[in-house]
Amino acid sequence: MDAQVKFSLRDAPHEMIERAVKVRAENVNVFYGAKQALKDVNVGIPERGVMAFIGPSGCGKTTFLRCINRMNDTIAIAKVTGRIVIDGENINDRKVDVVELRSRIGMVFQKPNPFPKSIFENVAYGPRIHGLATSKSALEEIVVSSLKRAGLFDEVKERLHDAGTGLSGGQQQRLCIARAIAVEPEIILMDEPCSALDPIATARIEELMEELAKIYTIVIVTHSMQQAARVSQRTAFFHLGNLVEDGPTDVIFNNPKDKRTQDYITGRFG
Amino acid sequence: MASRLSAAQRRRIRIRERIIESALFLAATSSVLVTGGIVFVLLYESAAFFEHVPVITFLTDTVWTPLFADPRYGIMPLLCGTLVSTLVALAVAAPLGLTAALYLSEFAGPRVREFIKPTLELLSGVPTVVYGFFALLFVTPILQKIVPGLPGFNMLSAGIVIGIMIIPYVASLSEDAMRAVPQGLRDASYGLGATKLETAVKVVLPAATSGVAAAFVLGISRAVGETMIVAIAAGTQPNLTLDPREPAATITAFIVQVALGDLPHGSLPYQSIFAAGLMLFLLTLAFNIFSFWLRARYREVY
Ligand SMILES: Nc1ncnc2c1ncn2[C@@H]1O[C@H](COP(=O)(O)OP(=O)(O)OP(=O)(O)O)[C@@H](O)[C@H]1O
Ligand SMILES: [Mg+2]
Repeated sequence: MDAQVKFSLRDAPHEMIERAVKVRAENVNVFYGAKQALKDVNVGIPERGVMAFIGPSGCGKTTFLRCINRMNDTIAIAKVTGRIVIDGENINDRKVDVVELRSRIGMVFQKPNPFPKSIFENVAYGPRIHGLATSKSALEEIVVSSLKRAGLFDEVKERLHDAGTGLSGGQQQRLCIARAIAVEPEIILMDEPCSALDPIATARIEELMEELAKIYTIVIVTHSMQQAARVSQRTAFFHLGNLVEDGPTDVIFNNPKDKRTQDYITGRFG
Repeated sequence: MASRLSAAQRRRIRIRERIIESALFLAATSSVLVTGGIVFVLLYESAAFFEHVPVITFLTDTVWTPLFADPRYGIMPLLCGTLVSTLVALAVAAPLGLTAALYLSEFAGPRVREFIKPTLELLSGVPTVVYGFFALLFVTPILQKIVPGLPGFNMLSAGIVIGIMIIPYVASLSEDAMRAVPQGLRDASYGLGATKLETAVKVVLPAATSGVAAAFVLGISRAVGETMIVAIAAGTQPNLTLDPREPAATITAFIVQVALGDLPHGSLPYQSIFAAGLMLFLLTLAFNIFSFWLRARYREVY
């Protein structure tokens, strides 16, 4: 069982705050065919808050993120070993219902990927398949509140039945976030959610993450060090499939233990 | 910046470009011209036909007997034959073709797919005469055991076999459309906790609507234009009925039956072939326009 672990949070740097580990990776290895993409990764992700994963391209950030909701299952050649423990349960166990697991974990992708359906139908998709709404009005309520929490409602309230693919890139990404939170997940995984967006759209998403982190556990992969510093309380650094170090964001950025982390932070490689 | 080519060289290049462009233009337009020529002949001969038979009679008369001593030219029986056999074919090919496409695109592993898809496409290489006899000698006897009193020639058997014939078209084209759906949409659906089936039916299929519709329309066009199977298995007697258990001739069956006999050029029965052909042309044109509209209406934006 996971003990309560102390995490130092950036907004309270001088005291250690008790916070449960929501997700713990134990000796996680991932292979794509013969190629090993992750090597013995051990890391804990605290409940409620934002944890950032950084590292050079190809180091395994996306691969790690996709371990948390077992999306690697959908890749035929991918093989995952080790334990991923969420709320005390090893999700790599064969008994685990993947579909149920994924309904508890939202995912936002690098490229906005709204369904070619209306804005309404995009958000209603998850609640529909999980039977979360018992009536039409309940469904509408879920859709509206999800869009509101994603900060998109005011921009689209007049055209809920227009195609979601007709929105701007930043709006599409917020639609994808609304779609993810509509099923009330506990964890939200975001894989470079702002990489296709301009600074203004990025700022909106970052604001939104801060808001969402009050309720959800957010795991974000980002190439932008500034973004990691702005939004996260904890940061982990990956390099060539190894988790080099993790810790409070301010420590990782200001006082990293490992030379590789330091080189990456200061822009010497990657 | 100074040009490295002399004026004469540049002119030569320009002329060569012109010539190549014109050659390409001719190649591209020749197919349009041929189509235009065919339509012209159809219209020209049909116009002569419609001088003797009013369009209204052609469309509303319920008897088609151009070769009788007392000829009647009502296209309705042939149209019904075509319609019924096509509908039966579609009832067979749409569910089977769609299911096969969904399976191949979303569920089958690469090894299974590499085996099934070429096999399926091989089916479209079977000559339609073979299908015709398959319908007449194999399917009809089986149907006769199930449907009491089924005559030896009937549209049901012909339609079913046409359906089997067009399954590869429908399945193969639909599968292409489904596979063109970006992986990101499937990931989004799986990420929300959807099952494979939910993802296939609620995300992939709707996203591939226009391609699937195009596949259906192509299948329908094939069914409408199919000749051998209906001529062999459904008979060549024009019959005004919507009952698939009855024998009936289709437009194509009539054309092939009559065109093989030696009709004098310019005679009314000769021209009736063109009128029937025009009808067929308009029918397929309507389907194509419909598919065009479908595609515009449900155009995917990924
Ligand atoms: N589906 C796959 N099949 C085979 N190899 C893969 C697959 N996905 C990722 N890899 C390999 O695994 C390694 C880690 O990839 P991953 O996508 O996790 O990197 P990343 O850190 O997310 O990189 P980026 O920052 O560029 O997104 C890479 O070497 C990559 O080539
Ligand atoms: Mg990545």
